[in-house]
Amino acid sequence: MPPAALSVHLAIGQAYAWSVFKPPLESSLGLSGTQSALPFQLGIVMLGLSAAFGGTLVERNGPRWSMFVSMVCFSSGFLLSALGVATRQYWLVVLGYGFVGGIGLGIGYISPVSTLIKWFPDRPGMATGIAIMGFGGGALIASPWSAQMLSAFGTDTGGIARTFLVHGVVYAVFMTMGVLLVRVPAEGWRPAGWEPGRAASRALVTTADVSARNAIRTPQFYFLWIVLCFNVTAGIGILEKAAPMITDFFAETATPVAVSAAAGFVALLSLANMTGRFVWSSTSDLIGRKNMYRVYLGVGALLYLVIALTGNASRPLFIVCALGILSFYGGGFATVPAYLKDLFGSYQVGAIHGRLLTAWSTAGVLGPLIVNAIADTQKAAGRTGPALYTTSLYIMIGLLAVGFLANELIRPVSERYHERPAAEPETRAAERGQTR
Amino acid sequence: MTSADSQQPDAGARRHTGLMVLAWAWVGLPFAYGVYELVQKLAQLFAG
Repeated sequence: MPPAALSVHLAIGQAYAWSVFKPPLESSLGLSGTQSALPFQLGIVMLGLSAAFGGTLVERNGPRWSMFVSMVCFSSGFLLSALGVATRQYWLVVLGYGFVGGIGLGIGYISPVSTLIKWFPDRPGMATGIAIMGFGGGALIASPWSAQMLSAFGTDTGGIARTFLVHGVVYAVFMTMGVLLVRVPAEGWRPAGWEPGRAASRALVTTADVSARNAIRTPQFYFLWIVLCFNVTAGIGILEKAAPMITDFFAETATPVAVSAAAGFVALLSLANMTGRFVWSSTSDLIGRKNMYRVYLGVGALLYLVIALTGNASRPLFIVCALGILSFYGGGFATVPAYLKDLFGSYQVGAIHGRLLTAWSTAGVLGPLIVNAIADTQKAAGRTGPALYTTSLYIMIGLLAVGFLANELIRPVSERYHERPAAEPETRAAERGQTR
Repeated sequence: MTSADSQQPDAGARRHTGLMVLAWAWVGLPFAYGVYELVQKLAQLFAG
């Protein structure tokens, strides 16, 4: 099951490498930077929307269906984009990559989550950590691969169209492996020697099931939404502006950071983001989800404080703190499905996860907006160096503190939201019947 | 139980192991390529 999940997540993780296509699209089609970012932005919006609204379908029809839909949408997005570039119809690229491909991103992102949790009920954090680490790793593969293909085919419209075409075909083949491999465990399957009751003796871990419809009526869902949103906002603020940030921070020191070194810093942050997804999510199986988020939010806020207080005094210290923050950013993404499973059970955890991902879409707008707007204002006021970012850093500390408080307020879900065991088989049979 | 019967589970296990190796290689090799490219970029941070 993990390779099946990875074959989807490693493919759709390509979305974070969209920036490779921006300069050639701008020069060959005469686009502005804002216009060339449109397919990616629409893709992320569609990711959140399709995960939120398609989650129930994913639960009903199972992982093979959803991985297939994801593969068709994601690959078709590239094929439509190839057609759009070849015919110089940029709207087709936006529609193809952003709208159609974005649906593939959302459905693909949540498709293996619930199945992984059912296969590994004893280590849900590790299981979802592997898959969601794949989403981080997707850009690591796509970024150099796309760049090499563009340099081979050329950066004119013909070259970009051929590159999109190859991406569409290769990703279709690559994701098909996941579609073929994925298996749902038999009803009642459990790992040898594992007892659900023993795991449920931990605070917050339930053996009951809560439907997606009921989950969004609980305060726990909204507290977790705030936790995810602010944890992601804090990380994305650094991630999105990493290269100019490290350059600005140390511009006035004896050892300024060169452009190539800034690219290395971005790469290091990607590694921390990816590793954090697996390491911290697996750690949450040992120390519990609530404690893990205390670390992400509490220690994350302290690391931001260290950067704000020390400024450009030490480059290694700045890098270590940024790495910690980015590892917590990745960990926050990867641990949340297991947190949902603890609170709401595994019954419709994929659908609930889909709805929670609207927090990601919100943070994707909020984080860059805060950091960019404040840096621009400070620059206009004639400030330089760390002063460009100090206010943003304190805002991030405030957001993390609010997230920490929201995490503290999370309690076990009230029994009135639990599915009734006696009605369970009928309800589920009825739901299955509706899909036929 | 015949010897053919006892060999069947072995063949099944071998097929399963082969499929696992293929599946992990399918995702592991592209991932290793991505990590290799990343490590090359990392060197620039410490050189710069």
